[in-house]
Amino acid sequence: MKTPPGVSATDFAAALGQFEAAVGKEWLFTSDEDVALYRDAYSPFWGEPEERAASAAVAPGSVEQVQAVVRAANRYRVPLYPISTGRNLGYGGSAPNYSGSVVLDLKRMNRVLEVNERSAYALVEPGVSYFDLYRHIQEKGIKLMVDVPDPGWGGVLGNALDRGGGYTTHQFRNHFDSHCGMEIVLADGEILRTGMGAMPGSKTWQQYKTGYGPWVDGIFSQSNFGVVTKMGLWLMPEPDAYMTGTVLVPRHDDLIPLIDILNYLESGRVCQGISELSSPVMGLPAADDAPPLSAELAALIAKAVERDTRALDDYAARKGKAAWSCTLKFYGPAKALQAQWEYAKDKFAQIRGATFVDGALIKLPLSAEQKEKVHKVEFGIPNLSIFSFGARNANNPTPTNGHQWFSPIIPRSGEEVFEANRVFARAGREYGLPVPPFSIPFCFWERSFLFLFGFPVTHDVEKNKKTRAAFAQLVRIAADQGWGEYRTAPAYQDLIMSTYSFNNHALLRFLERLKDAVDPNGILSAGRYGIWPQHLRGARQ
Amino acid sequence: MTRVVLTTSIAVAVGAVVSLGVRAADPTPMQQGHAVFNKWCAPCHSNAPGNPGTAALEALYQGSKPAALEERTDLTPETVKQFVRNGVSIMPFFRKTEISDAELDALAAYLARNLPE
Repeated sequence: MKTPPGVSATDFAAALGQFEAAVGKEWLFTSDEDVALYRDAYSPFWGEPEERAASAAVAPGSVEQVQAVVRAANRYRVPLYPISTGRNLGYGGSAPNYSGSVVLDLKRMNRVLEVNERSAYALVEPGVSYFDLYRHIQEKGIKLMVDVPDPGWGGVLGNALDRGGGYTTHQFRNHFDSHCGMEIVLADGEILRTGMGAMPGSKTWQQYKTGYGPWVDGIFSQSNFGVVTKMGLWLMPEPDAYMTGTVLVPRHDDLIPLIDILNYLESGRVCQGISELSSPVMGLPAADDAPPLSAELAALIAKAVERDTRALDDYAARKGKAAWSCTLKFYGPAKALQAQWEYAKDKFAQIRGATFVDGALIKLPLSAEQKEKVHKVEFGIPNLSIFSFGARNANNPTPTNGHQWFSPIIPRSGEEVFEANRVFARAGREYGLPVPPFSIPFCFWERSFLFLFGFPVTHDVEKNKKTRAAFAQLVRIAADQGWGEYRTAPAYQDLIMSTYSFNNHALLRFLERLKDAVDPNGILSAGRYGIWPQHLRGARQ
Repeated sequence: MTRVVLTTSIAVAVGAVVSLGVRAADPTPMQQGHAVFNKWCAPCHSNAPGNPGTAALEALYQGSKPAALEERTDLTPETVKQFVRNGVSIMPFFRKTEISDAELDALAAYLARNLPE
């Protein structure tokens, strides 16, 4: 068993003894075999000395036990690393940022404390997965929809804290935005409730988000200022119907007006779901088991990326394929959806040559048979289908051991999508980076695009080293253009925080002052999202 | 098919107990194993379209073995435990707060139930 750096063996033993007294022998893990289960299965440092590793793990079953563990850790200065379900794979798993930390595994706190159908909210503990909440709602026949991410086995609370996203409507698919009220155990063991929860006997903890005074919830996301032990979230009343409609446009540069009109429709809530862009002529985004691009098409795309689009447009015309397709998703009353789609078509018809495909209107609730056929996440049905990414298939006989996401936020305009592709393609050529031929942006977030480059994690040290270097290079290149990452795994958190450097890193310096104030011994998640406690900052720099 | 038959038989057994007005008995180890499978494994490994674990095993075995784990007749309890605690390719390993040792025993027995005596 490792001992946390800077903690004496005597103190560590005393802390472990108090952890065991708090949670019971069964839920304190100190053997190498048990602690190894807390490795990040998708660590880009797998098997290298730099791989982040825990010294032990402790799994409380209640808030009182969390308090007892945190107090003991604070007493003996033992670093803790709280996880909710530990399944943030690709953005970090259950391993700590700071090697030697004791993982505070909250998976056992898995109660759905309340689902209120009339007011459309839930209150959950950290160990509740999207599957758990979905099953709870289904079993009770509650007519509420959970917005779920891909994959669905992550924690509802943890995903919101890491600012993850889903697939239904604007109001719900930003999981942090859709939360309402938290309970937090602070580093000294004290309990804090945010929003209306700060008022004893409040009747609106899950109904009014901001409470009174500064709204502090944001500082508990992507951070290390407390252990969140409860979270409320707003849920969507099951709508009457769902519908899609697709617009196709013929020329590569039609992306510019296409996105402008899409922005108008989304920002005005004419369409509510996650719009889906694709390029029929480029065959992108490609399915996981799609064959590689032909050399001819790859060359045409490369020219288009450098803003010479004529040959690709000619190719598209010859093949009878649209340059771009955008599928809009509608949720609401059936009659309203059809009217909204008709309105959207009128707007897109401004683009010369635009054509339309009316999608089927699906009335809810879905039958069991329909549930198997639809794109599940758009109906709030958790699943694990995303694990086909990197898995073995007909075109991929050598599966990876995981993946990591390079995920910059890009302005929502066609011009910027073209520029981002030009910049990333040049970087790919110059530095030999594994950049896709053309990245199609995702519409998870309001008002901005998300690019997602999935890079493989293997158990080959040399390959991982190259990927990490490429990843870091892309982060810097993106930042030089003003495109920042929205979320990342521990391996890159310092690097990415360093790109948010306005006014001599004023943001990080402010966060460090907060850290010193609320966690003076620096016991909670040292280094998470680049925020290190005072006693470790020197070594890091 | 095996899965469907087993599910039905469990439902009938529980129904019979309830209809006699007797308190439902604790689940058998096989029922526990089935429940663990449904919670933790089925979303990737059941025989349903689009399940990535089943698709990957289909690509690996090319028909020489069933791709859906519940239809396998060669899984030993030790093999099941090895994969759950160590993972393989894209599949991560599982902590004891997710699948306890007792639950893993039940799961292993369930997936090894078709192993010839």
